[in-house]
Amino acid sequence: MAESELSIFLLALLAGAIRVGTPFLFVSLGECLTEKGGRINLGLEGILVTGAMTGYAVSYLSGSPWLGVFAAGLSGLALGLVHGVICSLPRVNDIAFGIALILFGTGLAFFLGKDFIQPSAPMLPSIPLGFWSDDTRVRSALNVNVLFFIGVALAFVLHWSLRGTRWGLMLRLVGDHEDSAQALGYRAAGVRIVATGVGGFLAGVGGAYLSLYYPGSWNEGLSSGQGLMAVALVIFARWQPINCLWAALLFGAAGAVGPALQAIGIGWGYYLFNAIPYVLTLAVMVITCRPDRTLSGAPGELSLNR
Amino acid sequence: MSHINRRNFIKAAGLLGAAAALPFNPLRAAQKEITVGFLYVGARDDFGYNQSHAEAAALVKKMPGVTVVEQENVPETVAVQRAMEAMIRQDGASLIFPTSFGYFDPHVLKVAQRFSDTRFAHCGGLWEKGKHPMNVGSFFGYIDEGQYLNGVVAGHMSKSAKLGFVAAKPIPQVLRNINAFTLGARSVNPDITTSVIFTGDWSMPVKEAEATNSLIDSGCDVITCHVDGPKVLVETAEKRGVMTCGYHASQAQLAPEGYLTGAEWNWVTPYQEHVKAALNGEPMINFLRGGLKEGFVKTSPYGPAVSAEAKKDADAVKAKMLSGDYVIFGGPLKNNRGEVVIADGTDYQQTAVELERMDYLVEGVRGQL
Repeated sequence: MAESELSIFLLALLAGAIRVGTPFLFVSLGECLTEKGGRINLGLEGILVTGAMTGYAVSYLSGSPWLGVFAAGLSGLALGLVHGVICSLPRVNDIAFGIALILFGTGLAFFLGKDFIQPSAPMLPSIPLGFWSDDTRVRSALNVNVLFFIGVALAFVLHWSLRGTRWGLMLRLVGDHEDSAQALGYRAAGVRIVATGVGGFLAGVGGAYLSLYYPGSWNEGLSSGQGLMAVALVIFARWQPINCLWAALLFGAAGAVGPALQAIGIGWGYYLFNAIPYVLTLAVMVITCRPDRTLSGAPGELSLNR
Repeated sequence: MSHINRRNFIKAAGLLGAAAALPFNPLRAAQKEITVGFLYVGARDDFGYNQSHAEAAALVKKMPGVTVVEQENVPETVAVQRAMEAMIRQDGASLIFPTSFGYFDPHVLKVAQRFSDTRFAHCGGLWEKGKHPMNVGSFFGYIDEGQYLNGVVAGHMSKSAKLGFVAAKPIPQVLRNINAFTLGARSVNPDITTSVIFTGDWSMPVKEAEATNSLIDSGCDVITCHVDGPKVLVETAEKRGVMTCGYHASQAQLAPEGYLTGAEWNWVTPYQEHVKAALNGEPMINFLRGGLKEGFVKTSPYGPAVSAEAKKDADAVKAKMLSGDYVIFGGPLKNNRGEVVIADGTDYQQTAVELERMDYLVEGVRGQL
């Protein structure tokens, strides 16, 4: 591999980590928040797709991509609240309902999104951080969307507020030990509903990133399981928002390996390279989820652990 | 039709004569009507493969005596068997167009055995005589002619002499397109190379965008593809100021600056032949192929960036293709590992079955199967 090809490859990985990783970041932050409250929302995949469709549709109809992002968040909030409320009913399994929500969310988005496959909606702007370089490749790789920075900031804010603020402690308490929370006078159901709703909002924004920035188009094959992979990613990140950031970047880079290797002429085994994100997900699950021990950092009330 | 004998024939002929003489023509009222079913694997307006079919289906709808039923997003699973059965039983469809490659085996074959009175015209070219039922047929277009012309134009317009091709899967039709595109470009400049990226499936928007960016980063300045929906690819390339050649349908409106030309399907030609055969009670057309000359494929109008020289050259090749005496795959031809795949003196016409079994990438393609 020549030096220039190596640099192209590394640049592609860096760019891919940011471009492909951003939706992972939002969805995993949302899931992290939900799971900190003691609930698992597998339905984020469905929320992601609904968010992608809503964002694209609203951006196209209103002409403002930011309005689209906001609407996508609201659609995610609504679906997240549905999950939160229904799972608060007695004897409702959150995992089973999450799977139902995947089917509902994607079905709803496909149905309502029919008319928006063809038109081109206005896209989100990006910040040209590569302005200093003469190389168009560097410039393109460093064209970073604002949502990425919002996501990074959010990871740090969440990290801090889960540790250092009153509502962060409350959320963790509800997620770790419901009885103690009740003894202190917190209503677990209410806290969880809010956490799931906000988690849904973030996943919806992640979906809007897919349809309004990268790849920047609405169609029914848009999501290739990012929402589900984000759930595994949260476990990988040990329920730490900052780790979610690194994990999202890692998964983004993994998704870029296949095309990047072929572009520099390494064509063998591309099926294998294309499968890297999924293999990584499996590996994470196998390594971290053993029946003989509880995960460090796992919220105590998660149905995974009980 | 087992009751045709002389007596019936004379009766019918007499009736026909009488009918023609009457002011109210019962023949017109009794004209045969058929219901035609179309199944698409994706959305009908995806700027790609499914749109090319749906556009043609809209033209079939205008034919007299034809009712069209359509279903989109039918996966290549048992779902397509159920969808076809529903069209036959509930809508009374007597001619079905399952338009996706992967519908054929085993789904179309299974349903065709159960409904032997229904015609199944599969798009993809998999039907073989003696092996598959006679109420099934396959049609396909030689779109590699369009890709060759794409290559000629790309070869003229490329400054870096590096072209990019985003492909879904290494199946013969895809390889034939990659090879034709490369041969077209190398007919202009023999130093040109085409880098290929396989994404692994027909619709992978994120991978397609990554592949496009990677190709551009490695220096390619004209990109084309063989995936179901070229929308993402064309838009990504346009954003980065790189030229594109379209595929399946016209994507010109997505890239007003960088769109050069495109290889488009014109499915209405085979569709109409099948529908006419069904309306007139003629036997099923089992094997149907055609290229530019037969009107199965067409090319997009040239974009504003295309130079006069490129247009002239491409038009000259196109004229030869239209007259039917242009050979794309002629010997001597080497694959990209240096082995001879078509011997010197062998010229494969477009109809050659050898080309439908293509399993190599020609010299000048950077990529592996």
